[in-house]
Amino acid sequence: MTRGEFDLRKVIRAGLITGLVLCFIAAIGMVEDFDSRMMVTGILSLGFLALFWYVPLAGYNVGKETVLEGMEAHPPTRQHILAGLLVGLIGGTVLFGLVLVVHFRDLRRVFIRLSPLLVELLTFSDNVANPNLGRGAVALIGISAALGAIGGALHLVSPVLRRRIVVAPAAVIAFALLEDVVGQILRSFGLSSLVRQLYRNGAVRLIPAIVVLGLAFYLAGRERKETSRVRDFLAAEDPKQRTKNSLIVGVIAAVVIIAAPWVLGSLLSEILATTGIFLLMALGLNIVVGFAGLLDLGYVAFFAVGAYTSAVLSSPLSPFFKPEWPWWYTLPFVVVVGVFAGIMVGTPVIRLRGDYLAIVTLGFGEIVRITFLSDAAAPWFGGAGGIRQIPGIPLGFDTISGSDPQYIFYFAFALLLLAAWVSHALLNSRVGRAWTAMREDESVAEVMGIDTVRSKLSAFIVGAVLAALGGALFSAKLGSIFPTSFELLISIVILVVVIVGGMGNIIGVAVGAVVLIGVLGGPRQPGLLQEFGEFKLLIYGVILVYMMLQRPEGLVPSVRRQRELHQDEFTQDAWLDKAGDFTEPTAGGS
Amino acid sequence: MALLQINGLRKSFGGVRALDRVDFHIDAGEVVSVIGPNGAGKTSFFNVISGMYPPDEGEIVFEGVDISGWEPHDITRGGIARTFQNVRLFPNMTVLENVMVAQHCRTRQGMMPAIFRTKAFRQEEAEIEERAQEILSFFGSRLVGYRFDQPAFMLSYANRRRLEIARAMATQPRLLMLDEPVAGMNPRETAELTGLISRMPAERGLTVIVIEHDMKVVRDVSHRVVVLDHGVKIAEGSYEDVSNNEDVIEAYLGRPAKDRA
Repeated sequence: MTRGEFDLRKVIRAGLITGLVLCFIAAIGMVEDFDSRMMVTGILSLGFLALFWYVPLAGYNVGKETVLEGMEAHPPTRQHILAGLLVGLIGGTVLFGLVLVVHFRDLRRVFIRLSPLLVELLTFSDNVANPNLGRGAVALIGISAALGAIGGALHLVSPVLRRRIVVAPAAVIAFALLEDVVGQILRSFGLSSLVRQLYRNGAVRLIPAIVVLGLAFYLAGRERKETSRVRDFLAAEDPKQRTKNSLIVGVIAAVVIIAAPWVLGSLLSEILATTGIFLLMALGLNIVVGFAGLLDLGYVAFFAVGAYTSAVLSSPLSPFFKPEWPWWYTLPFVVVVGVFAGIMVGTPVIRLRGDYLAIVTLGFGEIVRITFLSDAAAPWFGGAGGIRQIPGIPLGFDTISGSDPQYIFYFAFALLLLAAWVSHALLNSRVGRAWTAMREDESVAEVMGIDTVRSKLSAFIVGAVLAALGGALFSAKLGSIFPTSFELLISIVILVVVIVGGMGNIIGVAVGAVVLIGVLGGPRQPGLLQEFGEFKLLIYGVILVYMMLQRPEGLVPSVRRQRELHQDEFTQDAWLDKAGDFTEPTAGGS
Repeated sequence: MALLQINGLRKSFGGVRALDRVDFHIDAGEVVSVIGPNGAGKTSFFNVISGMYPPDEGEIVFEGVDISGWEPHDITRGGIARTFQNVRLFPNMTVLENVMVAQHCRTRQGMMPAIFRTKAFRQEEAEIEERAQEILSFFGSRLVGYRFDQPAFMLSYANRRRLEIARAMATQPRLLMLDEPVAGMNPRETAELTGLISRMPAERGLTVIVIEHDMKVVRDVSHRVVVLDHGVKIAEGSYEDVSNNEDVIEAYLGRPAKDRA
């Protein structure tokens, strides 16, 4: 079999996988839940988007081939469309099979979401009792096949046009999903009437949707001139000019940051503040995992320690410690206790390597939570009842608490700047180099004169202090804390943020936090896309698996980690080995 | 007094005696080669001295202090550095970073100065970088210029060996232990490195122990040769003495058939 020829087995396999994915999405109830959330008035609901997004992707992927450097790519043919069409056809047929099964057999005792309502939706009928199966089959399979064919057809167009075709609908979807944000921003500029013209019940009206589609189609075709212009502006040749330019950009950035919470309103500021606190933890964990290579699965423990320290010292209801200090006074103690906690957790586990370290830190994380929960410690920490009436942050004229998310955002942002600077400064120093060396080869680092125990402990301590500061802000923001606020899931979500964003890279971790916490939401905190509430962790999982397969270095990778993960692609020998698999020795010849 | 004095060193792995009552000494400024057939215990000898494995028995006295059982990083700080037989660089760090990180035990600025970028910190960073460049320039133009910022894994095999030696030199040792430094190098590169090793005592104040299989290199660099076989020191002396020693020939080539009868 030569590459590039029509490969029926591959197509059938991709089609069946597509069918399984569609059935899975239908069975978990996404279609029903999202059906009433319209994206574009009268045309597209989020339910069908959630179902069918996979089909064009599969249709495109089935025709994709890996082209080795120096080898000729097979020119795309109409067979790509045919392959995509078949994938969609098979996928749609499998889904319709599910529809038939659900229609004739009641599976709700096991799969509670496989209901007659689903049958009605998927057959495009108006009648729950008596759906029109024949017409439904044609519509469902037809749509699926058409989407698959569109996916396949993307091979035939030029890369620029492909980008336009992909970006334009994505922009419309984003415009619809971000209705909260766009609406709020426009409203704070006094443009409520415009909002009403753009949206109806959260869905984009048809004409604005077409405008956005066209605009995105136009913009996506241009090369990225704007970003490079800003970069040139910052890297002006004349040093005086450069200082001036960076100052201008800095002032603009500062104005945007200061104005942001007021333009965005309190609901969005709340999301920003939550994202900031999670990002603070992610930056701390990034030092431990990304810089020093120590997999810590109990990181939430330090967050909890910081929150409880601040709460015990400031709340009038904390039974143990009476002096009810203002939040500011608790900060030095939070730092000291953070250092202490880092040493306490770090010292016993630090001689362990890899998997063992991960398991033991996981245990420590739980020990901390259970200690705060225990009845024995209840006189100090309030047991399951937690600590309430944490007074918030006194600011002279006012006291900032969770009801002023705008101010909390400023605090979170200030702490973030601190954490980012600490990360950056440490990475480019003697300590940071020792961490990198240790992550690359621990025993060699030891032989080269690096005290690995000390280096690891210092990474643990910095990480612990950053998390503890985040905890202190968290307790002031919520006003009350409970042991259940510090479950294992937080450690895992933070780790996912670091991995998806790009381990070892500060910008990457920030992008990861914005995408996962800001857009999707934290384990218990809502994000921008509140629609996805109960499917949040599923989407986390899908993103994580996809990233591990396709882009293990993260969204914005650190240079070093990218090298690490793609080293064999850089080295020529490995490349020649790979090429050897495909070139068959030609006997005779010239 | 000898720079390094080893008495009755023993190390076993399970039933295998890797080192069996080895006595060894080296004076400051000497270059001593350790040779022996494969599996003779040469690399184990380095591993025990550098602290990667604690010795079972015996003492390792370096500059008058018994360092047996010390942690590897303490031994490095004490003034003993080594390279590895199978080159073990920090592959994703750049050439310059590899040499900078090895100065860890000779520098002292911690986290607080790094965060506040104090004057002492900036000064020390500049010194670290300058020293790294100076050490790399010991290898001529091979590792300087644009190579500074190349990740170590992109280097050629010979350059990796050179970088590893530079990294060991950056810990500012008195005693440098090189494990097969010319393995995999072509004759010209071998000759070049042989010259550099010979210059180390005079120019760098280093005392060098070399494990080497290439007898031409051993002949050219060594003041003295020590032969190990099955963990036992079977001969010691000048290259000429050792190369005519019957035990040594036997260890390498086996016993002549007529003696066996």
